[in-house]
Amino acid sequence: MKLTLGYFHIKDVQFGPKTEVKDGVLYVNADEVVSKILEDNRLCKARVELARPGEKVRIIPVKDVVEPRYKVEGPGNVFPGFLGKVVTVGSGKTHVLKGVAVVTCGQIVAFQEGIIDMSGPGADYTPFSKTNNVVLVMDPKPGLEAHEHEAAVRLAGLKIASYLAEATKDMKPDEEKEYEFLPLPEALAKYPDLPKVAYVYMLQSQGLLHDTYVYGVDAKKILPSLISPTEVMDGAIVSGNCVSACDKNSTYVHQNNPIIEELYARHGKDFNFIGIVITNENVTLADKERSSDYAAKLIEMLGPDGVIISEEGFGNPDTDLMMNCAKVARKGIKVVLVTDEYAGQDGASQSLADAVPEADAVVTAGNANEVVTLPPMEKVIGYPEAANVIAGGWEGSLRPDGSIVTEIQAITGSTNELGFHTLTAKGY
Amino acid sequence: MEKKKVRIVHYINQFFAGIGGEEKADVPPGVIEKPVGPGMALQGALKDEGEIVATVYCGDSYFGDNLEKAQEEVVELIRKYNPDVVIAGPAFNAGRYGTACGAVAKAVTEKLGIPVISGMYPENPGYEMYRQYMYCVKTGASAATLRQAVGPIVKLALKAGRGEEIGTPEEEGYMPKGIRKSYFHTERGAKRAVDMLVAKLRGEPFKTELPMPVFDRVPPAPPVADLSKAVIALVTSGGIVPKGNPDRIEASSASKYGKYSLCNIDSATPDKFESCHGGYDRTYANENPNRVLPVDVMRELEKEGVIGKLHDYFYATVGNGTSVANAKKFANAIGQELKEAGVHAIIVPST
Repeated sequence: MKLTLGYFHIKDVQFGPKTEVKDGVLYVNADEVVSKILEDNRLCKARVELARPGEKVRIIPVKDVVEPRYKVEGPGNVFPGFLGKVVTVGSGKTHVLKGVAVVTCGQIVAFQEGIIDMSGPGADYTPFSKTNNVVLVMDPKPGLEAHEHEAAVRLAGLKIASYLAEATKDMKPDEEKEYEFLPLPEALAKYPDLPKVAYVYMLQSQGLLHDTYVYGVDAKKILPSLISPTEVMDGAIVSGNCVSACDKNSTYVHQNNPIIEELYARHGKDFNFIGIVITNENVTLADKERSSDYAAKLIEMLGPDGVIISEEGFGNPDTDLMMNCAKVARKGIKVVLVTDEYAGQDGASQSLADAVPEADAVVTAGNANEVVTLPPMEKVIGYPEAANVIAGGWEGSLRPDGSIVTEIQAITGSTNELGFHTLTAKGY
Repeated sequence: MEKKKVRIVHYINQFFAGIGGEEKADVPPGVIEKPVGPGMALQGALKDEGEIVATVYCGDSYFGDNLEKAQEEVVELIRKYNPDVVIAGPAFNAGRYGTACGAVAKAVTEKLGIPVISGMYPENPGYEMYRQYMYCVKTGASAATLRQAVGPIVKLALKAGRGEEIGTPEEEGYMPKGIRKSYFHTERGAKRAVDMLVAKLRGEPFKTELPMPVFDRVPPAPPVADLSKAVIALVTSGGIVPKGNPDRIEASSASKYGKYSLCNIDSATPDKFESCHGGYDRTYANENPNRVLPVDVMRELEKEGVIGKLHDYFYATVGNGTSVANAKKFANAIGQELKEAGVHAIIVPST
């Protein structure tokens, strides 16, 4: 499979009479965006807001973040299973609006949504303070059931991301990058002398606001499976979760999976990157045993020398992470894990809910319980009172002056376990 | 410009203060306004850079028998001298002395916000109990190793006293405090993971960023002898609370638990109860809270005589992202109350 990503480097986003990209600026026709959102009769109200890096703007509660992409060559469209027909993606050419993110926001679905600050100390913690954000604030039809509410706003984010990038379909990208993924025998023949490396990609699948979709299928219902990195870049994996937004993989992070990027960066030089196994994080023990057995078996069938395993979430999924680690390592394969920590606000508690001795090479994305004060902003997009109930906040988190005292757990992407961000932790 | 001299208060026990041995272990806290005993060696190493302005002492038995009072008295004595840093001990492998040094460290940290340096033998219980409140240098088991401990203690005391940032245990030579602290790295996590994997594949040295925690193992209690006479309580981390969450228990990282009456309640119905948990899909728990807090089944078992009685109260908190330290605190408090209430066993429905 060969996929070319055509990047348009976007340095600003503005409203305009027509949705288009001109001289590095994305112009957004807000009316057209709103009418596209309201095609879904589960949503009754929508508006578009813009938030740029450095502005004194807060977005709360954030559900998903999506990068605008559109397929201009090759089968299917981005986000297969959600937009258009279910067609195998990952080949041809896809346009990318680099520097832009669609952020879905609106009335709270449940307790578990995030905060993005565009400036101030909070901005350091979220990677999405550096993108030009097209924020969709959407309200559900009164009485809409929670799962339906979540599904409607998720779909709207994907739809608008594709719509924005579609504006470039007849244009020439600023930069192109090609990614190739070979069938196993060819991949092995190409670099016979290099150690072989694979990736176990764990997907959160614990229920409402804890779900992930693969080609539209709820990841709870999959057996671990193989996927091409280029399919991931085309949006084959979509986020349906933002519980404890710090360590949930928004769709943007899947599209730009940094572990895949870093594996490609050294592929053919330091190792031979031969495959990805996706697996889930279901809540019952039987599911955990089945999925970790199956994932480890697929890895054994691929035959790598080393594996990176990334977790999504914490607590209950720590068990999935440790089962995957132990079962892969016991096959004689070298393992590195990526996780984050819940060591208490004072950092003095143990960080994980489970551990195995094989977990001897671990990258951490920081202690999600650490408390930060987010100063008042000139403008708040969304519903600031959500700060009192979202995971990481508490009654009184939102103070009368508009500042928010919260654990960084509430900040979108702060302790991302794909290693998307630079936050980490050390022991004192 | 000459550096400001670091002001130090030194805490020691009655023995090192030269007051006496075990027979004097009950002396209350007092002050000597100069270096005493091991303080002389410390002052020698401090040279002109720091000064022990006072030595506060207390008998080990007095401290142990009057923990809270002694802590308060010692802190008040220390406060008067307005130090930049406090040195406690070193206590070597003296258990009561080490525990007192640790308790002083905790009180000074919490009440005065001043850094504390100590020195102990790694197996001194004072280190394990209070390590998060002090920079504790590793010493030998006996006071004969004082000479080796002085250098590292003084180095840390000067650094902390000047308000300079203290590095990691490996960098600075103290035993781990067991504290995890976040910071921004220069490289993103994904790159660090790939670098670590390459090192591991090549057999080169690498350092894990998160050593695996060691877990407490709790031996299971013996089975209930006669269930038909037993009082059983429900305790859940699944977040079932009276509707409206009256105690505002947090959706994640809970700082408290609630105690709620089950008097005259035959079933945890959705008009009266709900889940405040942020870590699972609450839809089905809210539809029928008995799914997490099985009051309905417990009442049936009570009627059938399978169990003696369902306890009149249930306890609830949220397990989602809640630190082990908070969970331990809740468990001790709840356990104590249940014991006093004559409860024989509990069921802990998790989620």
